Amino acid sequence: MSTTTTHAAAAVVTAPAPEPIAHSAIANWFSDGWITTRRNLIKIKRVPDIVVFTTLQPIMFVLLFTYVYAGVIKIPGSSYNEFIMAGIFAQTVVFGSTYSGSAMAHDLKDGIIDRFRTLPMSPSAVLIGRTNGDLMINTISMAVMMATGLIVGWRIRSSFLEALAAISLLLLFAYAFSWVMAFLGMSVRSPEIINNASFLILFPLTFISNAFVPSDTLPTPLRIFAEYNPVSALVQAARRLFGNVPPNTPVSDVWSMQNPELTVLIGIAALLIIFVPLSIRKFGKVSSR
Amino acid sequence: MSFIEARGLTKTYTPRGAGPVHALDGLDLEVPKGTVTALLGPNGAGKTTTVKVLTTLIEPDSGTASIGDIDVLEHPDRIRPMIGVSGQYAAVDENLTGFENLDMVGRLYHLGAKRSRARAKELIDLFDLSEAQNRPVKGFSGGMRRRIDLAGALVTRPEVLFLDEPTTGLDPRGRLGMWDIITTLAGEGTTVLLTTQYLEEADQLADSISVIDDGKVIAKGTSDELKASIGGQRIEINLVEVGDSEIAIEILRRFGHSEPTVTADGRQLTVKAEDAPVALQAVLAEFGARGIRLYDAGMRRPTLDDVFLRLTGHMASDEAAQEEGTAAKKSARAARKEGKKA
Repeated sequence: MSTTTTHAAAAVVTAPAPEPIAHSAIANWFSDGWITTRRNLIKIKRVPDIVVFTTLQPIMFVLLFTYVYAGVIKIPGSSYNEFIMAGIFAQTVVFGSTYSGSAMAHDLKDGIIDRFRTLPMSPSAVLIGRTNGDLMINTISMAVMMATGLIVGWRIRSSFLEALAAISLLLLFAYAFSWVMAFLGMSVRSPEIINNASFLILFPLTFISNAFVPSDTLPTPLRIFAEYNPVSALVQAARRLFGNVPPNTPVSDVWSMQNPELTVLIGIAALLIIFVPLSIRKFGKVSSR
Repeated sequence: MSFIEARGLTKTYTPRGAGPVHALDGLDLEVPKGTVTALLGPNGAGKTTTVKVLTTLIEPDSGTASIGDIDVLEHPDRIRPMIGVSGQYAAVDENLTGFENLDMVGRLYHLGAKRSRARAKELIDLFDLSEAQNRPVKGFSGGMRRRIDLAGALVTRPEVLFLDEPTTGLDPRGRLGMWDIITTLAGEGTTVLLTTQYLEEADQLADSISVIDDGKVIAKGTSDELKASIGGQRIEINLVEVGDSEIAIEILRRFGHSEPTVTADGRQLTVKAEDAPVALQAVLAEFGARGIRLYDAGMRRPTLDDVFLRLTGHMASDEAAQEEGTAAKKSARAARKEGKKA
């Protein structure tokens, strides 16, 4: 081996050094973002856990909720299957966005962030690639859930454009949330802690909402929490846009529940405005250990 | 004028629930163009922190650093295209194949798709990585990962190469292979700064060695200069009977020029001697006269082990205040053994 490597190294050095191609900063930014996105797409393909989480888990959730609870929970004037789907969509995509947290923590621990940070690449590229990866995971999950939902009797009772708006809001909200998780992943630095912490935060956030039961059925303190919960606004927006709001269920007077689409849009903008710069700044300072 | 220059670097970390750690404590460093400099020191001496400052990963609390007259702290974006970095933990993406890893690095250096692919192929061949070419890195040995990582650092043939403990954790064959690569790169004019805790490695590879401990350089020079700094040849004997060690020490003290050192098992004794051949004859005659039997006896030049032993022995004297001198000697011996294992 030593002879081959000697020969090898000699050739490495005598080979002409490739010169970077001079492109505009914008072109480089797009290129860097695409390359790191591709890295994450390859990972989705190769890591079985992600494939399971992305496809089987959403199917399981749809089936569990529609078959287990549909017999118990009655929604006046509507079917529980119709009611529940927006909730499952919202819960799944919000959980899907947590990948960015553990992935950034992992990359930091493994030292690959150090590699990226010594390359002359755009400082936002790794984060863009990572959050795009989550977006892809969630897009796949959405398609799987919608297909499963249609099989168990869920129907879109609005226009194509409204349905598209619902899907976009769900995915965009989760995308914005990925930036929050990426920031936390780099701050906490432990993939395990990030995973546990996101479960501790996200389970109450998704369950104490209107996702699985109408919020007016909840005890008062929980009802108030649910009404102001941003996840409720997301679910309500998706439910309205898919045309799945039960006709006889009173909607809270809270502004965010009266204007859920606008609330979600404001939420998305706020998360991005705060956490994109914060994350990029953080990325410029972190290093393994 | 040195190519890499660092002046008075300091960096203090405060780990949660512990006192502040002075990772760098006024470190100075110079690496002339086209040479190999080794940062030699034990774990926690500040080697990795130094490399991280010079490769734009962290900012020091104070001090200056430049590479080729470009200020590392002011213009990290101008430094990055010039440098290649290969770390202690191979920074490769486990889910990508060897080829995909190298291709990705090429594209992030903005070589373009075509030339990135070509360069990745070239490096795969040159570094004997064909096995890992089309399989995710996940299943491969540490040596293979390390080679992919080093190949990644060489994608653009950088002017400066930083190698942080390039052989830690490699088997002897992998280590020799890595040495070959580094020697060849250096021979072709690449400026290399490498860190190591192995004395033999610094001896083999480096034109100049900076011994660092507790965040500062405690000695520097060529391997020969460092050895010369502790002077003269050594006489080393190995006793058959451990029980003879007391009297043997006394004999060595009489004919040698330093306090003899003894290994933990009490069998191997070493002493500095100014006219070693004459002293050795006298020692052997005396041993013969007293009937002390030896496995072997001989002269040797001082090694970097001796330098390290003495320097870290000095450093250890701070701890010795609390732990007695024997503890200091023990840790010095351990360091020496570590060096030998390498």
